[in-house]
Amino acid sequence: MSRSIDIKLRVNGENVSATVPARLNLVDFLREELCLTGSHVGCEHGVCGACTLTVDGDTVRGCLMLAAQANGKEITTIEGLADSGQSTALQAAFTKRNALQCGFCTPGMLASALGYVNAGGAADRDAIRQHISGNYCRCTGYQSIVDAICDVIEETRT
Amino acid sequence: MTGPAHIFDKPNRYIGKPEPRADAARLLQGRGRFVDDEKLPRMVHAAFVRSPHAHAKILSIDTEDARTSTGVIAIYTGADLAEHVTPYVGTLTHMAGLRSAPQHPLAMDVARWQGEPIVMVVATSRALAEDACELVDVDYDELPAAVDSETALDADTPVIHPEFGSNLAWERDVIAGDIDAAFAAPGVHVVEREFRFGRHTGVTLESRGTLCDYDPSEDQLTVYYSGQAPHMMQVIFSKHLGLPEENVRVISNDVGGSFGIKIHTYGDEIATAAAAKLLRRPVKFIADRFESFVTDIHARDHIVKAKMGITGAGTIVGIDFDDLTGIGPFSMYPRTSAIECNQVLNLTGAPYVMENYRAKGRVVFQNKTLMCQYRAVGHPIAMAIADGLLEDAARKIGMDPVALRELNLMADDSYPRTSATGMKLDDLSHKRALRKLTEIMDYQGLRADQTEARKDGIYRGIGFVSMVEVTNPSPMFYGIGGAPIASQDGATLRLDAGGALHVSSSITEQGQGTNAILAQVAAGVFGVDLNRVKVTTGDTATTPYGGGTWASRGAGIGGEAMLLAAQALKDQVLEVAGVMLQTGVEKLDIRDGAVTDLEGNERLPLADLARTVYYRGNELPNDLNPELIATRHYRVTDFPFVFTNGAMAAHVEVDTATGFVKVLHFWAVEDCGRVINPLLVDEQIRGGVVQGIGGALYEECHYSPDGQFMNATMADYMVPMASEMPDITIAHIETPTKTSVLGAKGAGEAGTGGAPAAILNAVNDALSPMGASIWQMPMTPERILTVLDKAAE
Repeated sequence: MSRSIDIKLRVNGENVSATVPARLNLVDFLREELCLTGSHVGCEHGVCGACTLTVDGDTVRGCLMLAAQANGKEITTIEGLADSGQSTALQAAFTKRNALQCGFCTPGMLASALGYVNAGGAADRDAIRQHISGNYCRCTGYQSIVDAICDVIEETRT
Repeated sequence: MTGPAHIFDKPNRYIGKPEPRADAARLLQGRGRFVDDEKLPRMVHAAFVRSPHAHAKILSIDTEDARTSTGVIAIYTGADLAEHVTPYVGTLTHMAGLRSAPQHPLAMDVARWQGEPIVMVVATSRALAEDACELVDVDYDELPAAVDSETALDADTPVIHPEFGSNLAWERDVIAGDIDAAFAAPGVHVVEREFRFGRHTGVTLESRGTLCDYDPSEDQLTVYYSGQAPHMMQVIFSKHLGLPEENVRVISNDVGGSFGIKIHTYGDEIATAAAAKLLRRPVKFIADRFESFVTDIHARDHIVKAKMGITGAGTIVGIDFDDLTGIGPFSMYPRTSAIECNQVLNLTGAPYVMENYRAKGRVVFQNKTLMCQYRAVGHPIAMAIADGLLEDAARKIGMDPVALRELNLMADDSYPRTSATGMKLDDLSHKRALRKLTEIMDYQGLRADQTEARKDGIYRGIGFVSMVEVTNPSPMFYGIGGAPIASQDGATLRLDAGGALHVSSSITEQGQGTNAILAQVAAGVFGVDLNRVKVTTGDTATTPYGGGTWASRGAGIGGEAMLLAAQALKDQVLEVAGVMLQTGVEKLDIRDGAVTDLEGNERLPLADLARTVYYRGNELPNDLNPELIATRHYRVTDFPFVFTNGAMAAHVEVDTATGFVKVLHFWAVEDCGRVINPLLVDEQIRGGVVQGIGGALYEECHYSPDGQFMNATMADYMVPMASEMPDITIAHIETPTKTSVLGAKGAGEAGTGGAPAAILNAVNDALSPMGASIWQMPMTPERILTVLDKAAE
């Protein structure tokens, strides 16, 4: 239980070395050890999507991966997406459409949306609704989020 | 009282405009500040041993092994904390007869629901605290549980608080007219149904949490609190921890959803504050999802036997119902758990003209999680009873449900008036709302589609609700009963040297856009650009005193206070400007950050005025004492509540082979008075509708007969996902309330209050060709197949 593991990884473009408890999950490591509190913890079992982030370019649940498994990986959190400009268009569209209220689901929602947009997803409302169904939002009616994602796809492909 | 037109019509007004929220940027970049994002020096973490039983005597608690576990700082039992925290009782004097037993932060001798905190472990990390919890040995003697509300009052059911002699917490009867005579009159048809509303809960995506810091040098408790009512919690921490009120500071930064969940007194949070005081260092407690499910307040849990009488021509003669609701083992402190039942008694049928009314409400204790005020308190029950029966009656007499509503809704020109239950109503627009609704949804077109689809064996249904919503509550809601809950709110505006406004308010932000609308009101009424307003909310040390944001009161009450304060500051600034410009104040205005003449020509930038006042006061006459800061408070005085109204419709398709309901579309026409920001209010109403659809179709806390919560995980408890939600069309009618200049009523709960009834009616409309109907929520596939099978027999 108390076994520790040495890891080296890149987080938002910076090299990180740490010794972590074997049982520590990735999102807790990012939040507690690196103070990257933009990734949120909603359910701790991969259902709500609030901890969604990017690992080697793949969209991943930060609560379903151990910090130890991130050894050698490239992690991008919401802070990294924002600072690098990758999520600028989505941020603008979410703001314009009021596609967030309390903002707790928002970093994960944005990461999922970015995965959809970057994969060449269509501005198809049903497909977008399917794609973001792994991200719970308890405040909006989801409609404004779908609108915002459609806006970004339509703006970047015209 | 009508407001001066220029507030709403002048060139740089913001009230009514779809302005994006300024704080969206922060949240979108992962720069929010939720409670669990806060870290303090020497901070330690709490975890709780919770009762695995619904009802059990605590025989002994052995903490010896846990105390030596790695990282453990302290361990507290109920008895330990009882020496430092006074017990609390969830009763209010205006809820006559309501009774509840004293509650302690940790159970003392008996555990009364599964999940009740028993032992608190404080350790250097949450993980280590949880490790130590595993080593605490509690010896329980399991007791028979009172789980089912229907048998809670039976003689052979265990009595949860023996001193009361029964499990009855509260009851009330409301009688108007003579319902028996009305139902017995010739030509009156009576429809009768038994409604069952399952338990559900808020599932705020950010779970409950608190970070409490105690500084013994100043006897100061600082609480970072994910919640809606900082000043209320200040009083509660002060009273029960024995601290002077002024030595308790409650700070709510970002709050990850609340919906009425985070406005109550939770034992684990009180224990966290007590531990911080005892340990003289910061203690953090963040509920995990299981803890949230078993301890966050639950809602609904009603069984209602109801009848409506109607003439052959379609006139409603009255409603008669009996509401039984289970609230768990205690009435929640300090708002009490009888308010929801009381709302059902008061609000059922409130949109309709009705002479006769009889309602009985009974609130009973059970060994389940506590039930209390969740979004749209009582409204989904009240609306489903009246509008469910109304559409049932429409089918019975062969009348269109819209035509039947037209016949019975209160006329838009008939206000002020009272409802059958004596509720004071004004400024409502039921008939206009219904007409607008049928237009935007193309009602006739949908009916034609329905007829065609049925020929192909596709069963679509259209259902409506005409509703009222209680908003902008006056002191009659809580304050009158002795609760430390402010009904008034305050706003302060300060003109800074650079010409910007710093404003603060006692209403709070949980994502509604509170800060955004406060800025809009301040900027527009005072006369500066929106981006020159900075807003502070959620801190008892720095904001005016007030109630917070709940009961759809933020915009209506907090917004009005901001309007009055902005007007007051403007008057002050113009007085100074008049002296500086040697011009009468009646010839001056403030627009776009400058003092202008009435034609809008700039006379003096605000920054110049403010710098003169702050830096070069020597240039001003000695008898001019400028106050570039103004505070105003506002409360609703003439009415107990400011009611809003709405009309909503659902279009559904029921798969009769699987029982699945697909919501094809939803429409809501809402009259929340003056709309301050349509961009914000529209999506807030949509979010409310989605929570209402959740309660109608998916969400339920399932309990075993012995009181075990069976689906307390996010995977097993179903909240609506994007893929199963429809697009939702919103339209507004604006009938400003005459109780304020701003004219805003609340909007936050309408969707949750109305959607379940509309969905129920739509499903029953779809099922009607089979002669089936369903009266239980959530309307799961299994339940729908059951009623279809029964109808086929």
